[in-house]
Amino acid sequence: MSASASRTAPAGEAPSSETAAQKFLRDAATKSADLVHREIIRKNMESYDAAHLRGRSRFVDWEAARRKCQEIKREAINHLDRYLLQFEEKVIARGGHVFWAANGDEACAYIRDLAVSRGVRTVVKSKSMVTEEIHLAPVLEKAGMKVWETDLGEFIVQLRNEAPYHIVTPAMHLNRHQIRELFRDKLGEDVPDSDPQKLVALARRKLREAFFAADMGISGANFLVADSGAVAISTNEGNGRLSTSLPRIHVAVTGIEKVIPRLEDLATLWPVLATSGTGQPITTYSTMIGGPRRPGEADGPEEFHVVLLDNGRSGLLANAEEREVLHCIRCGACLNICPVYKNIGGHTYNTTYPGPIGSVLTPHLRGREFEHLSYASSLCGACTSVCPVNINLHHHLLHNRRDFTAASSTGAGERMQFRLWRAAMLHPRIYALGGWLMRRGLSALYALGLSGTFLDPMRAWNRKRAHIPLPAQSFRALWKNGLESNQVVKEKHGVQ
Amino acid sequence: MARKISLFVPCFVDQLQPEVAVDMVKVLRRIGCEVDYPQDQTCCGQPAFNSGFWDEARPCAERFLRVFKDAEAIVCPSGSCTTMVRNFYPELLASSSLHGEALALGKRTFELSEFLVKVMGVSDVGATFPHTVTYHASCHGLRELKLRDEPLQLLRGVKGLKLIDMLRFDECCGFGGNFATKFASISVAMGETKADSVAVTGAEYITAIDPSCLMHMQGILTHRKDRAKTIHLASILASEGTV
Repeated sequence: MSASASRTAPAGEAPSSETAAQKFLRDAATKSADLVHREIIRKNMESYDAAHLRGRSRFVDWEAARRKCQEIKREAINHLDRYLLQFEEKVIARGGHVFWAANGDEACAYIRDLAVSRGVRTVVKSKSMVTEEIHLAPVLEKAGMKVWETDLGEFIVQLRNEAPYHIVTPAMHLNRHQIRELFRDKLGEDVPDSDPQKLVALARRKLREAFFAADMGISGANFLVADSGAVAISTNEGNGRLSTSLPRIHVAVTGIEKVIPRLEDLATLWPVLATSGTGQPITTYSTMIGGPRRPGEADGPEEFHVVLLDNGRSGLLANAEEREVLHCIRCGACLNICPVYKNIGGHTYNTTYPGPIGSVLTPHLRGREFEHLSYASSLCGACTSVCPVNINLHHHLLHNRRDFTAASSTGAGERMQFRLWRAAMLHPRIYALGGWLMRRGLSALYALGLSGTFLDPMRAWNRKRAHIPLPAQSFRALWKNGLESNQVVKEKHGVQ
Repeated sequence: MARKISLFVPCFVDQLQPEVAVDMVKVLRRIGCEVDYPQDQTCCGQPAFNSGFWDEARPCAERFLRVFKDAEAIVCPSGSCTTMVRNFYPELLASSSLHGEALALGKRTFELSEFLVKVMGVSDVGATFPHTVTYHASCHGLRELKLRDEPLQLLRGVKGLKLIDMLRFDECCGFGGNFATKFASISVAMGETKADSVAVTGAEYITAIDPSCLMHMQGILTHRKDRAKTIHLASILASEGTV
């Protein structure tokens, strides 16, 4: 794909013929053995865990709040047509514009053409994963515009020419010393002792210049409120408000699944989103934007555009079993608890949305090339246990696997293995004989010191793990050889 | 209170860890249960199911229903295989005439600690195990069967046993069936993280209700030459002797 596709984790030169799945395996192996990375992420996740737990304890009934959010989103997604049209009607009535984009190219073209026709030279962006999904920034840069990411984490990864590492905390993988070096190299100013406050002050100074120079501000949306035609945005740094009120044009780009029915739904969704995202009771800035500046108003943009992006979402909507994946409010909780994410990190996924939600969603949005992500999970279910809208994430991974194998010829070898396996499992004698042969065969192999070699069918296990001890007799043999006849044990151990 | 039990011994326990099932038999007999082992059983079908080959898993499920048709109560020393039967058979057989039967069978199928505590009302099975032990909450038992306290109640009832809490006791050990070999590097990293948590406790033993997690952790612990050993809950509960 375009330049932005290569704007991800640098992990050595990739052979050009490498598939996404092969690259994933290679990067996962490198990253999961990187103990420095493991330690940075462990530390960051531990402070998140503590804040998240504290945040949840502020709710009288967290489970009830989750169910409520699930109900709100279910209602919205099941009546998406009605609520999106209601939202559009309200925005237009207030003088705003709504553009329906079937895919990323359409969305990017609309925003680029708008910017070119209005003579835009500088664009400020507040944090938006959808603009990452459609690779908007490179399109605008190619048209000659200067694009500034104004969320601190996004600003940092933009300077590094990297994709966000995490959907909520884009620079989670970096420590302050790395950021000091980056700022010194790219901004030309050194911050002694890597003092975090001074690093933030430096970024703030640079970004102020951008805000005042910008002609266009681009934001995402956390929610689209249908009954009031408002775009609701949660931020912590104030950059969202500056991006949407200072420049003369504001464009909000968002997925169609972000709509919610009523203003009052925010009373539940906003605190639940903040708690799941960072552990806060509510984010520092909770903003609602309903249109351009009106006569008599002191500030706000002259033009207000909302780009509603489909990009594969209506395909999910058509799938009754998977539809609830559209409930996602992008809080990042499933990433934070995921033991796979913690070990391989955000960049290894090579997707806009990493972690469990990304593994479920990406094959639907970007196609079969990413189906390996649905297998890269131990199915532990930790993600499902924290999802604030109760998406059954790990069961969707199972469904994805089922659908991929049914439609695939690539898994033909594995299918053959499972056919043989099934034949054995349907005949207890073949199964028992197979088990006996396996134990004898492996024992002989290990006795010859061939564990972990190419002759060892268990080599993938044995390379970094001790081999599984092989008993001489199976349970069924032990049962027949005496265990069965010992039917009644008359011992008393103080048990009733 | 005599109760007739049909043992559900998962295929990898049968072939690789028979002592777990032997110990389960000891415990069940000790509390007065009559134990039977339907010898026609093989695998519940979970490996195929988790890999996406539902058409290959389905005949295993149908076969399981036939083998255990007349069982009063089915007890299994694995939270994961119990989950397969109780939680996933109804979905796997959703459009089969056996759907109702699958639902009913799921209600008669229990993981061992669940059976002892919830069905039999026993939390002291008369075991003695004078060692320090830490507990790993296996994913399927915890999140699918919602077994949080049952294994701990049983461990607290063991004479001489000192239970030590483990940080992130509920984080996956990295086994995940085929995941352990298909994505070996990730699986091993998760196992190492777990082994680090075990080491911090200083416990002699790490226990769990799932033999597959323990098989994985033992592989990691032995490879690292760590001191801690894995032991299935059933084997602790079967232990006798003096403090």
